[in-house]
Amino acid sequence: MTGPATPQAPCRPHDRRRPRVCRSVSGWLVAALWLASAGVLHAAKIGDLTEVRWTEQAARFLSMADPAVRHACLGTVLLGVSCGLLGGFLVVRRMALLGDALSHAVLPGVALGFLWNLEKDPLAIFVGALVAGLAGSAVVSWITRTTRLKEDTALGMVLATFFGAGLCLLSMFQRLPTGNKSGIESFLFGQAAALGPGDLQLMGAVTALVVGMLALGYKEFLLVSFDPGFARVLALPTRRLERVLLLLLAFAVVAALQAVGVVLVSAMLIIPAATASLLTDRFHRMLLWSAAIGAVSGLSGAFLSFLGTRLPTGPFMVLSAGVLFGLALLLSPRHGIGPRWIRQRSQRHRVARENTLKAIYQVLESGGFSSEVVPVEALASRRRVDRQAALREVGSLVRAQLATLSDDAVALTPSGWQGACAIVRNHRLWELYLTHAAQIAPDHVHDDAEKIEHVLGEATVRELERRLPRADVDPHGRPIPSVPAADPAMGRRGASATAGDRPVGYGGRS
Amino acid sequence: MTLVPDFSVQRVFVEPWTTEIGTHGMMALVTFLVGATCGLVGNFLILRRMALMGDAVSHSVLPGIAVAFLWTGSRGIGAMVLGAFVAAFATHLLIEAITRHSRVRPDAAIGIAFSTLFALGVVLVAVFADRVDLDQDCVLNGDLPMIPLEPPVRLGSLSLGPPPLVRLAGLLAASVLLLVLFYKELMLTSFDPGLAAGLGLPVRAVHHGLMLWLALSVVASFEAVGAILVIALLILPGATAALLTERMVPRLVLGTVHAALSAVGGMHLSVALDCSPAGAAVVAGAVWFTAAWLFSPTAGLVPRWWRAWRAT
Repeated sequence: MTGPATPQAPCRPHDRRRPRVCRSVSGWLVAALWLASAGVLHAAKIGDLTEVRWTEQAARFLSMADPAVRHACLGTVLLGVSCGLLGGFLVVRRMALLGDALSHAVLPGVALGFLWNLEKDPLAIFVGALVAGLAGSAVVSWITRTTRLKEDTALGMVLATFFGAGLCLLSMFQRLPTGNKSGIESFLFGQAAALGPGDLQLMGAVTALVVGMLALGYKEFLLVSFDPGFARVLALPTRRLERVLLLLLAFAVVAALQAVGVVLVSAMLIIPAATASLLTDRFHRMLLWSAAIGAVSGLSGAFLSFLGTRLPTGPFMVLSAGVLFGLALLLSPRHGIGPRWIRQRSQRHRVARENTLKAIYQVLESGGFSSEVVPVEALASRRRVDRQAALREVGSLVRAQLATLSDDAVALTPSGWQGACAIVRNHRLWELYLTHAAQIAPDHVHDDAEKIEHVLGEATVRELERRLPRADVDPHGRPIPSVPAADPAMGRRGASATAGDRPVGYGGRS
Repeated sequence: MTLVPDFSVQRVFVEPWTTEIGTHGMMALVTFLVGATCGLVGNFLILRRMALMGDAVSHSVLPGIAVAFLWTGSRGIGAMVLGAFVAAFATHLLIEAITRHSRVRPDAAIGIAFSTLFALGVVLVAVFADRVDLDQDCVLNGDLPMIPLEPPVRLGSLSLGPPPLVRLAGLLAASVLLLVLFYKELMLTSFDPGLAAGLGLPVRAVHHGLMLWLALSVVASFEAVGAILVIALLILPGATAALLTERMVPRLVLGTVHAALSAVGGMHLSVALDCSPAGAAVVAGAVWFTAAWLFSPTAGLVPRWWRAWRAT
């Protein structure tokens, strides 16, 4: 090896990084627990605060005997599916905030829809909201095209201005003595219990339209969303496809208003889709997941808001979706923080064990392989750590059955010996490869090899062996050991490397 | 009962300035202070393309404010500011954590963090409705009509006005002072962060300071205009000024003028239609923006069409 200080080099960054990961993970846990407990706590509190007993309400909900409950369930599932599917497109196109602007901009349309005949007419509200939402997104694109204002400014401005105009109109209705005015307030934060058969027909039609259009034009929509340039080259009508998507989005948002409310409908577009993107890498699976998560959070929002009187549905729905997102962020098998942290940790431990094995090999080598055991002191001085740390390292080898410890001396087991030979072989082969194939000076190759030795797979090692016909001595003149067969009967003596040995392949193959 | 009250010049244009000055005039003054304070911050948000951080912060302070109400049982300003800060900071951390530790894009991360927190706030307000002096309507609309009725702050024998007015005036004065003191740093870090870092300016500290300023402005405005309309008051003044001039100091001044015009226009509109004063101020602000968009001498649509038509 080149220098006495180098063997520990690869360990340091890992050691230093560890506390930071721990801290951020624990912070996340606290945040997730807080979010999760929020929902539960409030559900428990609702009973004491409103006269309705929440257990009775829960039983009523779960029995599904009440038509209002059945309507609420069906409506929130339809909402979750249509918003989840279209949200998938919004998230991959990085247009999450367009959904936000569009959904806030529908409010004046809702108010004008009410004005049509001063009662809750689903169709009038649907048309009014659709016109207002599309007008809002048109104003955003008009502002960004004709002024130097950037898109974020235009989005924020349109969102809040349309919303303000809607609030003005609503505050005017609130003076009216008609009994229907309470109906319009439920459009702000949603009231799934207020869904009527007319609303459900509308939501069913919109969901069917969304599912049908996406199924028919899936390939085209996919291409336009991921690679608009390529789509244009293929002579697809990209602008028309984008308009269709926007129109479907507006349909879904407007149909969802009664159940989730104007203020939070955009969250039902974004959160299920973002959660789904943590669970899978394939777009069609992401859309299915997104629809399912939307439906589940819709249902649980309807359930939680049903537990008390006059609780809005939208916030509970979004909170449920937020909890699901938090769970996916922490626990998703592929992209979750928890599983990723566990993978990184196990890899760090493997690297640490391999470094210890390598150091033991080096101590044995410096003694000419005359002894079979390595004193802990010798290992500690080779690893440049104190005795305690060296004992800890040996302990982790013993636990992995790679070594035995007796009388302060470490002896490798057959599998430990195999591992030590493999890691040293990886290191020296890589050094040899860099000096031969990449023409790098021998004193510059060690650090690189320190890192790569832990990640060279069997296939790469075979490739190195193929390219280095005489791979028996590394650039520093040390013999490259062969890796003995796993069979302990072979014994380590017979396989211990000397300069003259013809190296055999990885795992004992020649 | 009609939707729109009968129009009379006396009621709409004279009385707010004479007999009703104590209520409508006061509301307009509060609206102006909100617009002026938020407009100053908003100018820099627009410049740094962070307009949507205003969106995020204004939504996410709600759970903090709700928890502070629950905790203290009153509208104690200290607890409210603290709660809102904690919530705003939590949003900031959430957004950072989501973008750093997962492949969720920043725009989606912003949307997720603030809408979840906002939902939590609304749930708190709705579930503890009898213990929180704060309802869902106030969250959206603000409580502007109640402000003139609050007992005024007294300094000796001098009556300074309702507490929100005094707070906003103090914040505006502090904002102007800080702006004068740190103008150079703000400008340089906004336009050329690389150069600013090279000159040894604390770019990240300025960023955090701006976020702090934003959170303070949003919290101080919450009682007047609620959590959503404040976005309009953050962005509209700066956006209107940006259409009229390219220089920063005139922009800041024009933004303040826009805030004053919106407050006055909103007052007349809300009296004429008898509607939510905060919503009316936002609509009035949007009208002024549209006017600038159409008729700005340099960037307006009409002068541009006129020039194009003359050229053919």
